Amino acid sequence: MSRPGFVLEVDERTPPLIVHRGEGFGLESFPLGTKVLYPPDSLPGIRDVGGAITAALDAPLDSEPLDELLTAGMALTIVFDDISIPLPQMVTPDIRQRVIEAVLERAAAAGVDDVELIAANALHRRMTPAELQRMVGERVFRSFWPDHLRNHDAEDPDGLTHIGETDQGETVEINRRAASSDLIVYVNVNLVPMSGGHKSVPVGLASYRSLRPHHNVHTLQRSRSFMDPPNSAMHHSYERMGTLLADSGVRVFTIETTLNNDTFPKEFAFLNKREWEWSLRDQASYLAAKRGNDLAPAGLRRKVWQRVASPYGVTGVNAGATGPVHERTLASIHRQQLVEVEGQSDVLVFGLPFICPYNVNSIMNPILVMCLGLGYYFNMYRNKPPVREGGTLILFHPTPWEFHQVHHPSYVDFFDEVLSETTDPATIETKFEQQYATDPWYIHLYRHSYAYHGVHPFYMWYWGAHAMEHLGDVILVGANRPAVARMGFRSASTFADALEMASDTVGRSPSITYLHSPPLTLADVR
Amino acid sequence: MSLSLELYRSRSRYLAAKAVGGRIPGALAGPIAPLRLVNRDEPRTPAAGWVRVRPRLAGICGSDLATLSGQSSFYFSPLVSMPFVPGHEVVGELLDDVAPAPDPGPDAPASRRDGLAAGTRVVLDPVLSCGARGVGPCRWCAEGQRSRCDRVTVGHVSPGLQTGYCADTGGGWGRRLVAHRDQLHAIPDTLPDKRAVLVEPLACAVHSVRRAGIEPGQSVVVVGAGTVGLFTLLALRSLTQAASVTVVAKHDRQRELAAAFGATDVVAPDRAVNALRRSSRAFLLHPERGTDFLLGGVDVAFEATGASSGLDLALRTVRAGGRVVLAGLPGARADLTPVWYRELELVGAYASGQSPERVSDFDTAIAMATEAPLDGVVSATYPLQRWREAIDHAFAAGRLGALKVTFAPQEE
Ligand SMILES: [Zn+2]
Ligand SMILES: [Zn+2]
Repeated sequence: MSRPGFVLEVDERTPPLIVHRGEGFGLESFPLGTKVLYPPDSLPGIRDVGGAITAALDAPLDSEPLDELLTAGMALTIVFDDISIPLPQMVTPDIRQRVIEAVLERAAAAGVDDVELIAANALHRRMTPAELQRMVGERVFRSFWPDHLRNHDAEDPDGLTHIGETDQGETVEINRRAASSDLIVYVNVNLVPMSGGHKSVPVGLASYRSLRPHHNVHTLQRSRSFMDPPNSAMHHSYERMGTLLADSGVRVFTIETTLNNDTFPKEFAFLNKREWEWSLRDQASYLAAKRGNDLAPAGLRRKVWQRVASPYGVTGVNAGATGPVHERTLASIHRQQLVEVEGQSDVLVFGLPFICPYNVNSIMNPILVMCLGLGYYFNMYRNKPPVREGGTLILFHPTPWEFHQVHHPSYVDFFDEVLSETTDPATIETKFEQQYATDPWYIHLYRHSYAYHGVHPFYMWYWGAHAMEHLGDVILVGANRPAVARMGFRSASTFADALEMASDTVGRSPSITYLHSPPLTLADVR
Repeated sequence: MSLSLELYRSRSRYLAAKAVGGRIPGALAGPIAPLRLVNRDEPRTPAAGWVRVRPRLAGICGSDLATLSGQSSFYFSPLVSMPFVPGHEVVGELLDDVAPAPDPGPDAPASRRDGLAAGTRVVLDPVLSCGARGVGPCRWCAEGQRSRCDRVTVGHVSPGLQTGYCADTGGGWGRRLVAHRDQLHAIPDTLPDKRAVLVEPLACAVHSVRRAGIEPGQSVVVVGAGTVGLFTLLALRSLTQAASVTVVAKHDRQRELAAAFGATDVVAPDRAVNALRRSSRAFLLHPERGTDFLLGGVDVAFEATGASSGLDLALRTVRAGGRVVLAGLPGARADLTPVWYRELELVGAYASGQSPERVSDFDTAIAMATEAPLDGVVSATYPLQRWREAIDHAFAAGRLGALKVTFAPQEE
């Protein structure tokens, strides 16, 4: 039995603790009394993943077995989560490959020959052929690429179907091939509680028009948190859209998978552990890894980190109707990530790692740093944030003023043009979103190059809207100062300096919570 | 005798200046500048209609700096006479009465009809055209477009396209000059010298904006935010209904002034192509070498840097069929491929002229000099004796947060 999540209270015997800082990490001493939130130990992975897949497909929740849904002459569309999940990428074979292969075998046996595979990349950049091949496996890739295995194109006027409006007036418009299929099989990897469920089809296959109803400042400020679907206005919107899709006859067979917390490979295994339990070997590999990393030139360092593949174990495979499947998924995620903590603190600390959903094989630009810290990490809570309203958030990340020119062209302009004028999410949304969303150049790059959609940096900024509203102060440690200032935050050279600066807001002896992550930790704040 | 700064012919200094010009701070005002402080004979009035003027302030212009640094084209060599006293941006006072013009014409201004009294403060239109030279009007002077005069090398004074390039007239960087009635514009008492000295460059800006023929709602970029760029912006805002004016500015002070003068957007040179792409929703292309360019782009560009990179940027960010105005003295060459491929109109704008309604650009500029937020635009004033500092200051103006550096020739 793995140990549950754990809250460490820092005392005299506590060693310095691992803090991620982009393409690097270090040990940091925390003030006495700091509460450190550790996730539960990594759950054991399922030994027989193939067997689990078979079982799920044969005995789905609230649905006929998959075989009964597959008939000769039907149109089948297999849709799968794109490269933004999981993080880091998992060692091959990716769980999606295993599931897709199992589905395709059954489809072949049933005589289904109209099969299409679509990556649910919404407004994310297209996946490259190599990335697709890595995800679905060589056999599937060879059989379907490029005509029957492709990226969703949210700007293809002929490739979208308008389904209708929800009772709240939300436009639902999704991929035409998927909508017109007799069956959509959605293959998911659920790393955080935000994804999966009705986020999969209505969001992953949507158009800009159909994302606007929930990807906006108003909704995000009312999603507390967006990692807690029952309390997330964004998820309520997803659900209305999912219901409308089902009511209009779009049949979805959902297959969701969950992973354990084996985030780091052998050479970084110490990053998966609690520091006081490090063996001598862990200490040695920490020192070696740290020295190697600190000495490596930036380009090489990035290459090394981007090559990290996680040896995740699979903790759940559930199939059937979206609602019940996702309930099981969430339970499994909670088992792996949830830690209960008593009360809010004045200061919350995160060490941000090298990766977020939008810089796989890419660069984590300053806007993505903001999104990872104030969006993803800040929202890793249930009930209430681990930091009180008006409190201080301290982030560790170097935040270089650096952008991937192919992947993030509209981010470059957003950073220079929009953020130099205002950092207020609502103002940004009103004044700039339309222009960027409809810019024909960004649309061209999204469709034909490998660029995130023109509107994507706006979503990143909205992702932080709830945190910005809640927090009194945001301080980045060891970051590029002009980049941080552009985003309206403050910079400190060291953790001690950051605490000193925070004393304006939270006094000299604030209570501190450190969310120790990755591996992922979800705080359940009582 | 009259104290003056004199630009003299020195091939070796010219070449040295050209070689290092602008690159080594201080070098131009140092031993290699073909400029010297001299006592020369006072310039003499060559004919009727000419009077003596005592300069009160005289600006240092980009074209002066280009001449000093050997960056201006040999094209000009037959259009000047050496040695000359530079200085064509002048506010001064008349030392002689100006007699009424013999043939003022039906709608001539009061000054031409009635003359001007000694002591009147005036600004100088530096162009030395047919009237001043005492030759019958060429077709341009007959039309009132004196900046296009075809006779700037003949007549009563030596060759010289303007006062400040002519051996006989003196110039603003000396204690005396002579000017012809056609060159003089009286200014109101309410206009202080520090604004009046800006009238000539403002008139040039008015002229280049008129040359651009901007229609209401068009988008404009001004590349460069020195005096030429910023005054172009002022003229754009007061004379046109351009929908947007983006200013490309290198230095902080320039950025502040561009915003204060009404720019829609102010961008750094390295951001300019992206920003203009954004505002015009154009497509961006990356050539194998050289600057990125747009398909699509703004309607009209003004080149106001005098540098190749500035002209290049203008040519690469204007839409097909658009217009690029050379608002300042073009310093160097640029790749003209976009002019051909995008069917651009390349428009020159030299000195000043008049509106289609025959309103003199100088009168428009005098009104602008009175109303525009120009306090502080004259950043420094030097006596002639401190010319080396003045020239250095002007060369580094952008970096030093300065805009217009002037001489006060009567001061010690
Ligand atoms: Zn000038
Ligand atoms: Zn003439």
